[in-house]
Amino acid sequence: MLTMNHFLALSLVLFGIGVAGVLSRRNVIIVLMGIELMLNAANINFVAFARFLPQPGVIGQIFPVFVITVAAGEVAVGLAIIISLYRNRETINVDEYDILKG
Amino acid sequence: MTAGLIVFYALATLTVGSAALVVTRRNAVHSAFFLVIMFMGVAGLYVLLEAEFLAAVQVLVYAGGIMVLFLFVIMLVDLEERGKIPRRAARSRVPAVAGALVLSGLLVALLLGSFVAAPYAIHTTGSDALRADGGNLEAVAVGLFRDYVLPFELASVLLLVAMVGAVVLARPRL
Repeated sequence: MLTMNHFLALSLVLFGIGVAGVLSRRNVIIVLMGIELMLNAANINFVAFARFLPQPGVIGQIFPVFVITVAAGEVAVGLAIIISLYRNRETINVDEYDILKG
Repeated sequence: MTAGLIVFYALATLTVGSAALVVTRRNAVHSAFFLVIMFMGVAGLYVLLEAEFLAAVQVLVYAGGIMVLFLFVIMLVDLEERGKIPRRAARSRVPAVAGALVLSGLLVALLLGSFVAAPYAIHTTGSDALRADGGNLEAVAVGLFRDYVLPFELASVLLLVAMVGAVVLARPRL
């Protein structure tokens, strides 16, 4: 029988994969993809709560719309920053973005 | 083994499998491809969770907009995958493994807790209330344009700001 815990467990696994991707990849574009994985995991969580619990209701489906909106804006600005960084530093390796390093 | 369970496991396998492939591929274009597959899997899960409008938004915005942006930028800047710049040594995997272990511990705790307490049955009160409101799209529309109209308008302002910011940042230096 399909329960809410199935979806919560899936969301947790997806979030963990996103975290592992963000922490272990050098390519800054892949890091952005890991962030998108984490956002999708949170969205699945919200929608599962909307489906299985009587209390939050439809806000569990409205809030992911806002999360998707903010993610779209964030990806646009983040990729523009990457383009700008690439123009100045000729690299997309996160280990080489170290100007602020003490 | 109900039909819902079978569909859930199929979609979950697709989603988690393609997500794992996203973060492990050396070629960024391959990662982008598997990310699109993952977005489709998540859209399928939204349909399973009776959030059809959200599934449509997910496909349109994520797979149709954000991935196009990703692919454009990968084509512009990712010289390693095109073989022009030699790859350097990979960094330590310790933080990633540590993060994965912490989250696995949380998962184990969640699953153990769900066996101790009574597991949630499919509680249809939430979806019954949604259906009484005239269906998923109407319920979401009423929520967006009546109860949460201020965040909705602020989101549109945010998108305008993001658009202006992206154009300014990516503008060629003349």
